[in-house]
Amino acid sequence: MSTPIRVTVNGQPVEVPAGSSVAAAVARVAAHSRRSVRGEPRAPLCGMGVCFECRVQVDGVAHVRSCMTPVSEGMQVRTDD
Amino acid sequence: MTEPMTEHYDVLVVGAGPAGLAAAQAAAMHGARVGLLDAQAQAGGQVWRHDVRRAAPRAARRAFASLENVDVLARHSVVAAASHSLLVETPDGARQLRYGSLVLATGARELLLPFPGWTLPGVTGAGGLQALTKQGWPIADKRVVVAGSGPLLLAAAATLRAHGTHVLGIYEQAPASAVHAFAWRLRHWPARAVQAVGLRARLAGVPYRCGTFVRAAHGEPALSSIEVEGPHGVRRIECDQLAIGYGLVPNVELAGLLGCELEHAGAHPHVRVDSLLRTSVPGVHAAGELCGIGGLAAARIEGSIAGHAAAGAYGNAAALLPQRTRERRFAALLSQHFALAPRLHALATPQTLICRCEDVTLAALDGFSNARDARLATRCGMGACQGRICGSALAELGRFPRSGSRPPLFPARLATLAVAEAESFLPNDYRGNRT
Ligand SMILES: Cc1cc2nc3c(=O)[nH]c(=O)nc-3n(C[C@H](O)[C@H](O)[C@H](O)COP(=O)(O)OP(=O)(O)OC[C@H]3O[C@@H](n4cnc5c(N)ncnc54)[C@H](O)[C@@H]3O)c2cc1C
Ligand code: FES
Repeated sequence: MSTPIRVTVNGQPVEVPAGSSVAAAVARVAAHSRRSVRGEPRAPLCGMGVCFECRVQVDGVAHVRSCMTPVSEGMQVRTDD
Repeated sequence: MTEPMTEHYDVLVVGAGPAGLAAAQAAAMHGARVGLLDAQAQAGGQVWRHDVRRAAPRAARRAFASLENVDVLARHSVVAAASHSLLVETPDGARQLRYGSLVLATGARELLLPFPGWTLPGVTGAGGLQALTKQGWPIADKRVVVAGSGPLLLAAAATLRAHGTHVLGIYEQAPASAVHAFAWRLRHWPARAVQAVGLRARLAGVPYRCGTFVRAAHGEPALSSIEVEGPHGVRRIECDQLAIGYGLVPNVELAGLLGCELEHAGAHPHVRVDSLLRTSVPGVHAAGELCGIGGLAAARIEGSIAGHAAAGAYGNAAALLPQRTRERRFAALLSQHFALAPRLHALATPQTLICRCEDVTLAALDGFSNARDARLATRCGMGACQGRICGSALAELGRFPRSGSRPPLFPARLATLAVAEAESFLPNDYRGNRT
């Protein structure tokens, strides 16, 4: 397998296989990706870019679908608290 | 404002799943300048989605290798359409792609039905968890229940198992009599029968229970157990993940935006096509799940037909029609045997959230008879998914059909919307849905 990719999620370093989605990196650290309008924790549902439950902040850009975004070295990811 | 990059293709294909890949290859054979775009980072669509741990199947590798004369445009999401032109959003900004003919191969998504607890982290679609897993989701040693309906449950469970998951069981809502009748009919489809037997072998030791469905999911703050109801009563099962999907729904949003006529077989529309896979809009063709759920083999053959036709090679297209007819017969068999039991429509309680984007409960939707009124009063369907999840669920539940598509098809960046406005991709009364 090729070299793993290193990213940080909520400040914590994480390693994932090359070709992984940001969602896969998030799942190693955080139990949820976002909070709903009522404040409920939510995590990926559809895995294919349709539901928007997997939204996180990537390198300062908000509302990025983590299941549609491949990881790249040094990426900084933040979930809702 | 800077001009968006504009490109022209003789044939532009939207969706790089099996249908789109076949279409691009067929059109390129005739010397057409072909573009193949997909919102995903890698070609393959749903069934041939890139797997971080396993090599692609041979047919997929062959399809990828046949693209040397095709411009493959990854991470390109279509957000709006005008005459012979699409507006796409890419990580590097907006682009305008013009075309002579268009092949729509936008595939299908899972039908996800609301039930108490379905919003808990740990509950995903069945194909949904399969897709996440292929892209590195940490699933090894987790206890997973797969549930819902259709053969996709077996395919998903097999992928999960290959990634080291404990699949505790597969719960199919269709009654055993229907599933056995389907298996018996498979004898007329030897390749399919071999596939099914292979899948079962890879799932040896995993219980497969028919006439059984998930009533509720529990846990705080994430999933820890589910309630399953079957012919022998209700049972509680402890698990880390629930992968649950009730079949597939065609992604007709772009076709609808282009003005293609849709056909309703049951609660969910698909695109109406003639025998050469031409839609009602001249120059726009459709192939694969978009024309009605038909599976991998139908998608591949239809992709080839649409690709030939889009390049004007009607003879080549027509030669493939008998194969298509056969594959579509198989699709009909599937929908007949895995029809959803009416009791699944009654799983959501008045307090169950239906619209996950705006947290709208089922009770809040009482009294509305169309999607527009419900949206204006409750915000149901106004969120980021634009009703793809809740709208399809409400249509399945018999509440009201989904409303038509409006641009942008996905929440788009402000810069993209500025281009959309400047280049007349948006209706005059456009407002909202920006990120
Ligand atoms: C989650 C899931 C998992 C599945 N797993 C299996 C499996 O394991 N085995 C199996 O036999 N079948 C599986 N299927 C069934 C699958 O539908 C078919 O096997 C096959 O993939 C259909 O091919 P297609 O080309 O019609 O569509 P798809 O393969 O769905 O391809 C459609 C493509 O269009 C792209 N697209 C859609 N809209 C846009 C847009 N606006 N802009 C840009 N791109 C767009 C999508 O990103 C996607 O890549 C699965 C389906 C789903 C939904
Ligand atoms: S999990 Fe549904 S959009 Fe990412």
